[in-house]
This record gives sequence, structure tokens and C-alpha cells, in this order.
Amino acid sequence: MRDVAIIGVKSTNIGEMWERSFRDIFVEAGIGALKDAGVSGEDINSMYVGNMSGGQFVDQEHIGALIADYSGLARNLHVPAVRVEAACASGGLALRQGILAIASGHEDIVVAAGVEKMTDISASSASTALAAAADREWEGIMGATFPGLYALIARLHIHRYGTTSEQLAEVAVKNHFNGSMNPIAQYKNRINVDTVLNSIMVADPLHIFDCSPISDGASALVLAPAEIAHEYTDTPIYIKASAQASDTIALHDRRDITTLDATVAAAKKAYKMARVTPEDIDLIEVHDCFTIAEICAIEDLGFAKKGEGGKVTTEGETAIDGRIPVNTSGGLKACGHPVGATGIKQAVEITQQLRGEAGKRQVDGAEIGMTHNVGGSGATAVIHIFSRNR
Amino acid sequence: MIFVSVARFWRKQVHRYNLIGTYCKECGEYYYPPRNMCPTCRRDGKLESYKFSGNGEIVTYTIIHTAAEGFEHQTPYVLAIVKLDEGPRLTSQIVVEPGEIKIGMRVKPVFRKLGESGNRGMIYYGTKFIPEYE
Repeated sequence: MRDVAIIGVKSTNIGEMWERSFRDIFVEAGIGALKDAGVSGEDINSMYVGNMSGGQFVDQEHIGALIADYSGLARNLHVPAVRVEAACASGGLALRQGILAIASGHEDIVVAAGVEKMTDISASSASTALAAAADREWEGIMGATFPGLYALIARLHIHRYGTTSEQLAEVAVKNHFNGSMNPIAQYKNRINVDTVLNSIMVADPLHIFDCSPISDGASALVLAPAEIAHEYTDTPIYIKASAQASDTIALHDRRDITTLDATVAAAKKAYKMARVTPEDIDLIEVHDCFTIAEICAIEDLGFAKKGEGGKVTTEGETAIDGRIPVNTSGGLKACGHPVGATGIKQAVEITQQLRGEAGKRQVDGAEIGMTHNVGGSGATAVIHIFSRNR
Repeated sequence: MIFVSVARFWRKQVHRYNLIGTYCKECGEYYYPPRNMCPTCRRDGKLESYKFSGNGEIVTYTIIHTAAEGFEHQTPYVLAIVKLDEGPRLTSQIVVEPGEIKIGMRVKPVFRKLGESGNRGMIYYGTKFIPEYE
């Protein structure tokens, strides 16, 4: 298998972009990534595009072809484009498919991208669309919402480990602080623990400020075989591991409600593949769709003991200047969560950090970074490890 | 609308109304919702239908304030994961005052309306739970 590198990246602004369409944002991300890599359309062998639900959000399927067309890669060049779907992990899986295509030797220059346009429908319709990532027949039909499912995890975490609402709030406070330094972030306002605790309750114990927003946005990466990456850029970022795992679709069927076994399994594979341990990782982007999700993630990835994720967060260990910076972009919470784009957006942030281009949120001397992208309440987890060095 | 189509609901109606799931004679595990392949034994499993008593306890719960579409008039409502005495867990609403719900609380099943598709559409029924002492 061949090594793979990232040679170009671009994320659009993330947020409610009523004046811009699904097509507009995708094209902006795609062109930006190609420009960053210095490649042209003729060089592209194929595209893999993460998109959770064009069908529900913009009544559009056949996303791959649409994107190839509006990127100017269809009518003359006929570049194949594949849509990849795994709910909120669609982007991470698109990256993984792009990596596999190059690693296998089948393709050379590949675009791995993600896009979601969520604000063309009402917030309640968007919530229903998102609930399709859970078990519609045995969770949704009983009145389960996505915040509701993560609230079930949070309530048990609080009961078992003594995690507090203040500790959950600290995750949002940190991520808003990081987001305030990220030009593309949906929310750049800094908040405090009281902002979270005084906000409306969505699903007890989760307040609205414990939840990631509904977002529009697109992100794209250009991938190339590592052996030729230097022909395109002085700072290729090498993929050291790509790992994915599955778990039960319904939360109630999991071995343990407060552990995402898919995260544990994918992390184990990823660490082995990259020949690293959590101590070697300089920063991570984790899937904080809710504050409790970041706490579970840092535990399940091995950055905190089970039950101590909240404590570690409150002690500042996950801040940009902490032991293990988590979600320097602002995460899903503050940077935003355009579901199909999220996994790619995470990889864009890590690439910028490892290149030393993250501005005020730069982690000093970052060499090795990791992304953690989750579908549903934990039925899919996909993890990537990146390095400045081959 | 969060509810599924009439045919899709009807196919599992008997299981929803009567808490009928499956039991695997090979590994001795119980499953609810019903499975058509044993997740443990896979093709070697020997599944048969099993009716649960419905007695169990609360594993975890939440009080939903921002409802799913079709549930807006029910807020706040209590949603929980219930562990049935035979072992499997399921997601259901608990018919109880939000202040009374606790992890570990014993519950028993009740037949209740889940919701409806508009004023003229189908009415969906199924199993919710109430505290055992009621």
C-alpha cells in the first residue's frame, strides 16, 4: 500500500448562509483546495464527497454527479464522483475512501470533500432529518431526538462518575473561545459557564449551549501519493492512519451506554497503524456534537481515564495551551456542524495546524494530529492520524 | 414528521403492542426489538419469538423539552432506556412526572398512544412504561 499525503485544503465559512446555495458552497471549497494544491481539473482522477442527506435537506440526490458537474469536471473531463454517507461521519468516510483509492495504487490525485446545506429547511425539519441517523423505528418513533439520545448518555455519565453540568459547560466555553480565533467559525462569541447553564434546556441535562448548531458549509482536501507530494507543496501533511469501526445503530443496544465502543475500536486500530500512543499526539479534533460527546471522546480515545473527561476539561488540559489541545477550530460546537462536511473540516484544521498556519489558535510545535468523526449516537466512528513527517 | 409509514408501522405492530421480541436458543440471549438474525451467533443462531413481561428498570433518562416533530404537544416528556428483566434494553417514554424519574426505578409496561399523523391520519399506539408501584 502507498503512503498518502494532503497537498491542498479549503473550508468555506460555516454558518447560516441563506444567500448561498448547496452548489455555491461546494464549488468554493473545491476551487479553494485545488488552488491551494496547485493542481488543475485535468489532474483529478476522482472525487469522494461526504454528504449526509441532500435528499432531506435540499431535496437533491445524485450528489456526486451534481458536484462534478458544477465543479466543471463532468461535461468534458467526466471525472468520477462518489457520494459517501454515514450520517455525521460522512466526511470522515469520504476522506478514508480517498485515501484507500490512492493507497491501493488505483488513483493518484483525488479530491476528498464534504458538503451540507442544512438551513434551507426549518430547524424542526432539520432535527427530524438528523434523527434519521438513529434508529427511526425503535428510537425516533418513541419521541427520541438527537439531543435526547446524547442526554441519555450524559445523565448516566453524571450518575456514574459524578460529572457535573458545569463540567459539560466548560467544553462549550473552551470551544467558543477557540472559535473566536477561527475566521470561518459559525460562532465567534466567547461565553462563560453561566451562559450555558442559563440557556434553555433542550433535553435534560443538555442546554441549547451544550448542542452544536445547524450549519451550512463545505470543505475539501486534495490528496496525492506521498512520493510525489513535494512536487505540489513544501508542506505536505502525511496520513499515518485511517481507521473506521461500527457499533449498533440504537444507543440502547450498546455494550455500555457511556462508552462509544466504535471510537475505542477505531482508535486502537489507528494507534497501531500509525505506531503511536495517545502521548505522541499533539492535538485532536473530536466529534463534539454535544458537550458530553467531547467528554466521552477524550476518554474513549485514551486522553483521560473513563469518568474523568469532565475533570480534565475543567483543569484546562484540553485548552490550546494545555496537555492535549482539543478542538482548536472551535469544534462542532462553535466552528459549526454542517454534518457531511464535518469530517473533512476537521482534517482541514489539523492540516493548517501541522503546517503552522493556524494563526492565533496555533498549537506550538504541532507535529502529529488526529481527527475523530462520529456518525449517529456512535454507530460509526472514523479516526485519522496526520503527521508533518513521512 | 418523525412517524413511519402505515405499512412500516403495521409490520411490527404486534411486537410494539405486546412487547414481543426474540430469544436465541443457541446462546440464550433475549432481543428486543426483535431480530431476524442473532447478533451473537449470526447464522448459527436459533431464534424464536418471545413475549416479554415488560418489567424492568430505568438505565438512564432525559426530559425532552424541545420535541421531535409530532411530539410538540407532549413536552416536557420523559424518555428513557429501560432494561427488561430478561436483559435487553429498549428506548421508550415513561409516563411519570419529570421530577419523579430516577435511574434504577422499577417500571412496568402500559399500552399507550404514541402519536398521530395529523388530524385525519393514522393513530400510532405502542408500549410506554410507568413506575411499578402505580
